[in-house]
Amino acid sequence: MSDLVPDGQRSSTARVVAPASPRKLAKVPFVELADGRLQGVVSSGSDIARVYVSSVAAGTFAYTCSTNNNRPCGGAYGGFCNHIRALIGEAVLQYGAGRVARYMRVEPVEADSPAQSVIAPMAQTRPVPGDKSAAASVFSRFLRQLAYLEMAPTTAPLPEMQWFPPTRAVA
Amino acid sequence: MRADLLAESVDGLDEALAAVDAFDEALATGLLRPQPAQAAGLAQLAGALAGSPLHANVAEAAAKAAEGAAGEDHLLALAAARTALLGSVHDALAARAAEATGRPAAEPPAADAGTGPAVNVLAAARSWLADLARCGWRGIDHDVVSGAAPVVSAMLPDPALRRLAALLDGFADELAASCPGSALESVPARRWADLWSRGMLLTLPGAAGAPAAGTATGRLLPLGVDLHEHATAVQAQVHAVFEPADGAAPLLVRASVSAPKPETIVGAGLWQLLRPHMSLLTAVSEGRAMDVTGMPLTAEGDLVWDDARARPGESADAFSTARVALPTAADPATAPLDRHPARIAVPVFLEGYAAAQAETGLTFTVAGTALPVDTDRVPLAGPLTPEAVAKSAACIGLLRWDAGTFRVQPLAVETAVRKKPVALHAGAWAGGTADKAGVKAEKAATDAAGVLRERAGRLLRK
Ligand SMILES: [Zn+2]
Repeated sequence: MSDLVPDGQRSSTARVVAPASPRKLAKVPFVELADGRLQGVVSSGSDIARVYVSSVAAGTFAYTCSTNNNRPCGGAYGGFCNHIRALIGEAVLQYGAGRVARYMRVEPVEADSPAQSVIAPMAQTRPVPGDKSAAASVFSRFLRQLAYLEMAPTTAPLPEMQWFPPTRAVA
Repeated sequence: MRADLLAESVDGLDEALAAVDAFDEALATGLLRPQPAQAAGLAQLAGALAGSPLHANVAEAAAKAAEGAAGEDHLLALAAARTALLGSVHDALAARAAEATGRPAAEPPAADAGTGPAVNVLAAARSWLADLARCGWRGIDHDVVSGAAPVVSAMLPDPALRRLAALLDGFADELAASCPGSALESVPARRWADLWSRGMLLTLPGAAGAPAAGTATGRLLPLGVDLHEHATAVQAQVHAVFEPADGAAPLLVRASVSAPKPETIVGAGLWQLLRPHMSLLTAVSEGRAMDVTGMPLTAEGDLVWDDARARPGESADAFSTARVALPTAADPATAPLDRHPARIAVPVFLEGYAAAQAETGLTFTVAGTALPVDTDRVPLAGPLTPEAVAKSAACIGLLRWDAGTFRVQPLAVETAVRKKPVALHAGAWAGGTADKAGVKAEKAATDAAGVLRERAGRLLRK
C-alpha cells in the first residue's frame, strides 16, 4: 500500500492499489500477489497445451513449479527454475518492483528497479521447495480470471464503481 | 458558476463527519474485543442519530457491539446508521453544488423500495462482511480476505447481483494487497468503512433498487465519458443532456456499461471490452448525438442502454452542448441508498478561469475562487493529459467532493494548439481511434486479450 494521498484516511475514493501495468501475456498469461505468495501460470516453450503453475512464498521464498497435470518441473530442484524467474520478472512488469519487493518482504527497492533487484535477494537465501498443494488453487484462480472474460457485460448502472476511479499512477 | 459557494463551509458537516470518523476508527480496530475508545466511537455514531427513527435500533446495536456481542443484524443497523449520516452529508453537499451551478432540479421520485429474492449468496456475503468487522482492518489476514472469492464467483453470472459482486471483488482485492493488516502504516478508514457499509446494505434483498420505471424518446447530446475501474471490473458512464421529443424540459442523464475483467485487461483494453455493448461510446468518439426511442430510464436519470433503441444522430459538439443545453437541463434526483458524497458527479462547464499549478496540484481560479482539479482521474488511454488541462481555456467536468473538498474532474478541455482551438476528450478513444498513440495502445490490448481468450478456449472447456 503506497498510493494513499496524505488525507487518505478521510478520503472515500483514494486508490489503494495502482492498476496493473500492461504487459505481453504470451509467456506468462497470469501472475498475481495473493494468498501470501507470488504465483501464476507460465506457458510451456514446447507444448502449447501445457502450462506450468509456479509460486514463491512471501518471506520464506519457498517455491513450487509443476505442470497443470501435477508433473513436477524438471528445473525446480536446486533453486528457482526458469519458469519461476520468468514469473517474477512479469510480476515486476505488472506491479512494479517496489510493490513486489514489499509483498515478498525483501529489502525495499525503487518502483522502477529491474526484476533482478527482486529475484537476486530471494535466490541468494537458497530457498527450498515449498508445499505443492498450492498449485491447484493457483490454477483455479487463473481459470476464475479467464472466466471473467465470459461474463455478460451489463448496461444497468453500478453506482458502487464510483468508489473506483481510474488513476494515472503506474505500477 | 458560483465557485465561491463551493469553498464555503457547510453547516453541520463537521459534526456529522466526526461521528462517521469515530465509528470508522472503531471498525478499523475490529469489533471482536472492543476497547473503551471503540465503545465511545460506537456510542458517538448512535448519538448522532438521536431523534431519528433509526435511533433505538442503532443504540441497541452500538451497545451490543461495544460488548463484543454484535450479531449480523446489529452490524446491519450500524451500517445503516453510518449510511444515513453520510446521506445527510450528501444532501447538504448536493444542495450546495446545485446552488453553485444554478440549474433546476428534477422532481425527486417517490421512494420505491425494490424487491428481490433472498438468495443464499447474499447471506454468504453478509457473513464475510461480518467477519471483516470482527477482525477490523488492522486484523485482516489472507484467510479472512480469501473468503470473498467463492461469494463473488457465485454472484458474477447473475447480472442482477453485479453491483454487490463488483463491490466485493474490488474491496477484497484491496484488502488482499494490504495483508497483513497489522503491518499497515495507515488505514484508509473512511474508504473501507464506506465499502463495508455499502456491501452490508446491498445484502438486503431488493436494496439494489427498483427497475427502470420510465422510458426516454428524444435526442441525446453527450458531454463526456467517466471511467471507473478496479482490478477485475470496469464501467464507463456517459454523461449527456437528454432533450425529450415531446418538448418537455431537458434532463441530465447517464448511460453506463460495465463488465467483469481479468486484471491484465487495462488501458485501451477497457474500451475494447465495453465498446461492443454500447453504441453510444462510438457516437462519443465520432462527436455525434444519438436518437433514442423508448429507452428505459430510471427515476435517477440512468438510461439502461439497449443498442436496438438507439441510432446515430447528427454531429454534436460537446462544447456547444455544454454552452447551450447544459445550463437549462435539470439535475436528476439521487436514489435513497446512493446518497453518499462519493456519488456526487455533477456536470459543469467552466471557462474564463486561470489555471495554476499549486503545491497540492492544479487549480482553476473561477471568479476569485481556486477550485482543485483532479487530473489523476483522467484515464491514461485517451488524448487528454494533465498538461493539456493545465493549458486549457474551457473545461467540461464533473464536480465532485472528497476528503473535505469540492474538486473538478475534467472530462474534456478546449485548448490552443498552434493558436487554433482544439477539443480534447478524456473518453475520445472509447469508440475507437485513429490517433497514432491510440492505435498502438489498441494493438497491444488486442494482443493481450487474444492470449487470454486463446487460453480460455483451451483450458476452460477441457
Ligand atoms: Zn519450472
